Amino acid sequence: MSEFWKAYCRNRGAVVGLVILAVVLILSIVAPFWFPGSPWDMVQMPFLPPFQEGDAILGTDTLGRDIASGLAHGAYVSLLVGFVSTLVSLAIGIPIGAAAGYFGGWVDDILSRITEFFQVIPAFAFAIVLVAIFQPSITSIIVAIAVVSWPPVARLLRGEVMSLKHREFIEAAALSGQSGFTIIWRQILPNTISPVIVLSSMMVATAILTESALDFMGLGDPNIMSWGYIIGAGRTVLQQAWWISFFPGVAILLTVLAFNLIGEGLNDALNPRLSKRRD
Amino acid sequence: MLLDRALRSGVVALGLTLAATASHAASSDSTPVKGGRLDLVVQPEPPGLMIGIITNGPSLMVGGSIYEGLLRYTTDLKPEPSLAKSWEISKDGLTYTFHLQPDVKFSDGKPMTAEDVVFTMDKFLTTTKPKWREVMRHVASVTAPDDNTVVFKMKEPYGPFIRSLSYNVAPIVPEHIYKGTDFLKNPANDRPVGTGPFMLKEWKKGSYIELDRNPYYWKKGHPYLDQVVYHVIPDAASRATAFQTGTVKVLPGGSVENFDIPRLAKGKGVCLSEKGWEYNAPLSFMWLNNREKPLSNPKVRQAIMYALNRKLMLKVLWNGYGKVASGPITSTIPFFDKVDPQYSYNPKKAKELLKEAGYDGKPLRLLPLPYGETWQRWAEVVKQNLKAVGMPVEIESTDVAGWNQKTSQWDYDIAFTYLYENGDPAIGVARNYISSQIQKGNPFNNVEGYSNPKVDKLFSDAAVAADPKDRQKLYTEVQKTLQADVPVAWLLELSFPTLYDCNIHNLIETANGVGNSLGDTWIAK
Repeated sequence: MSEFWKAYCRNRGAVVGLVILAVVLILSIVAPFWFPGSPWDMVQMPFLPPFQEGDAILGTDTLGRDIASGLAHGAYVSLLVGFVSTLVSLAIGIPIGAAAGYFGGWVDDILSRITEFFQVIPAFAFAIVLVAIFQPSITSIIVAIAVVSWPPVARLLRGEVMSLKHREFIEAAALSGQSGFTIIWRQILPNTISPVIVLSSMMVATAILTESALDFMGLGDPNIMSWGYIIGAGRTVLQQAWWISFFPGVAILLTVLAFNLIGEGLNDALNPRLSKRRD
Repeated sequence: MLLDRALRSGVVALGLTLAATASHAASSDSTPVKGGRLDLVVQPEPPGLMIGIITNGPSLMVGGSIYEGLLRYTTDLKPEPSLAKSWEISKDGLTYTFHLQPDVKFSDGKPMTAEDVVFTMDKFLTTTKPKWREVMRHVASVTAPDDNTVVFKMKEPYGPFIRSLSYNVAPIVPEHIYKGTDFLKNPANDRPVGTGPFMLKEWKKGSYIELDRNPYYWKKGHPYLDQVVYHVIPDAASRATAFQTGTVKVLPGGSVENFDIPRLAKGKGVCLSEKGWEYNAPLSFMWLNNREKPLSNPKVRQAIMYALNRKLMLKVLWNGYGKVASGPITSTIPFFDKVDPQYSYNPKKAKELLKEAGYDGKPLRLLPLPYGETWQRWAEVVKQNLKAVGMPVEIESTDVAGWNQKTSQWDYDIAFTYLYENGDPAIGVARNYISSQIQKGNPFNNVEGYSNPKVDKLFSDAAVAADPKDRQKLYTEVQKTLQADVPVAWLLELSFPTLYDCNIHNLIETANGVGNSLGDTWIAK
């Protein structure tokens, strides 16, 4: 563990990413205590610029809602959507990829064609269609993001499994009479975990971006305050009130950046050979 | 709030004076100047210009320069001459005689006579327009005793008739082009021929509609403009930019986002007018589903009225343009009466009423109107207002088709809408409150399901009362009853201000706004 940690910390960017993520996490936890009211409450006059005296430090939006409060409450939504949708897409992608890679033959053919089918549709356009069909809500958004983002997981798993399945320890397991599923579960998956972790940290970042983009386009859950919603609502008044879109924009940028940095750090830590070469 | 409005109109007036003094140097302010081209925005692009058939807003705005009605209406809804020079109404309210302007010609050079009017009223519009069929139910006959006279005989007195003869309800179409053809498929629908001040020159789909002056126009010296060009610009922000850069000189009401209006109005030489919506008189309100608990209880509905901070909505969402609605009839429509009860913002009273009604805190669904930013924000404000008095609300997301579906199938608890009142309570108001209009499948009738025999009778008596004084009495009673019962939650009388270059004069001369006025418009050099 400490070796892993050391390897991770060698990447400065990754540490910065972790710090940012910690801040966002803490923000989402303390939001209900720090801003006890609803983020939808109109607390001040509309179009109040940021850094003025008074409560709304980051200014107010077109209706006089506190942007700082919206940011804090929105952090929870962004993280929730990012993590849950990634978990769901791992749950879809891993079994499909593993089965295709291990069994090969017609199973591989069918599963690969299905994966390709999902992969050729532009992800964001597909997500829009799904959300529009199922009515925008937090659940439908998570499902839509998961459905469009599992193919890379499946392909990664398939490749990893194919390269592993002819190794001696797998053959030994097969000779000892273990079934295919047991071999995948006990022997193969534990050995593919590191690339999956790296990939999923990037997927969280993409999911957060997609959620914001959907919300920006007015396809968000209308009862939930999120960063993308604030940006979308402020877009039309960008000329009068830059701060409405600016602060949540910065929040999204930093969060997505954090996940990317963390992903890179994990990559370095989990693939020591690779990182050493870089040194 | 009042002060706000006073200040604003003061600023506008000041702007007008400044512009006027500036243009004095070149030409006298009161003498119209001939020539020039007027650039406007039309949003969205109209599906067609034959307004005897297609009647949506953009079509009417452009088509109003091509077609005319017998009458037009001043901004306080008094009838004034258009194709009819003068008219008489018999004492019993049963005979209307119209004398037409002499020597009127269509834009193809053929004369327009009383025969064209009879054809339009009796044959054409009864086929193409449901709204006109409704008017003709009260008419026994339309005849043309001579080339310049048209006589309507009524079955019963029908007060709204005199306000049903504008270009948007009854545009006069040429008999020689339409007689004996399939009206809806006539190729002339693409090349509209009317008596109006302008005629279609070119329509480049997706880009612009260009009108030239009609050389045969009957009104001497009119129109002043040589050309009118309606630009089609799909994006609201681009429309605002086009106005700022001077590509277009007029932004008719509703063509830019509300938030942009104060910014654009501050521009140099920019004038703003709230006029031109008196006939349509858009009233925004929320359907409250009277059929289901808890909204079936009038006390809960009254509580909603008290819970809404409508002054704040007016100020924040509509920049103070418009007015808090006092009841079912908007203040610009005849027979409006500001009667009690009125509902001012009073959350305490709302809570008391909810308690009395035994409301159990069941969450309600709120359906916003999918017409853009302002309406979405509006739903969010209503949600907060209702939550503050202990009424939890979930906003549903929807598109135009979904909104139509849900309201017309009564699948909602609370739903936003706004409707035009069309010049007379009998036409635009009664439909939302009388029991005979409770019919599934139409999102514009009595969608809330309110049924009160007293209201039904008052409305039907008022429509056919001959004496306006009697009508007033009945409508005052209707307003009192409805305001006590709160079948729907009235929000605001909407205003869609028109922004224009101050060098443009006589832009809005009628209660129908830019659509019916351009024959009188001129641009100071």
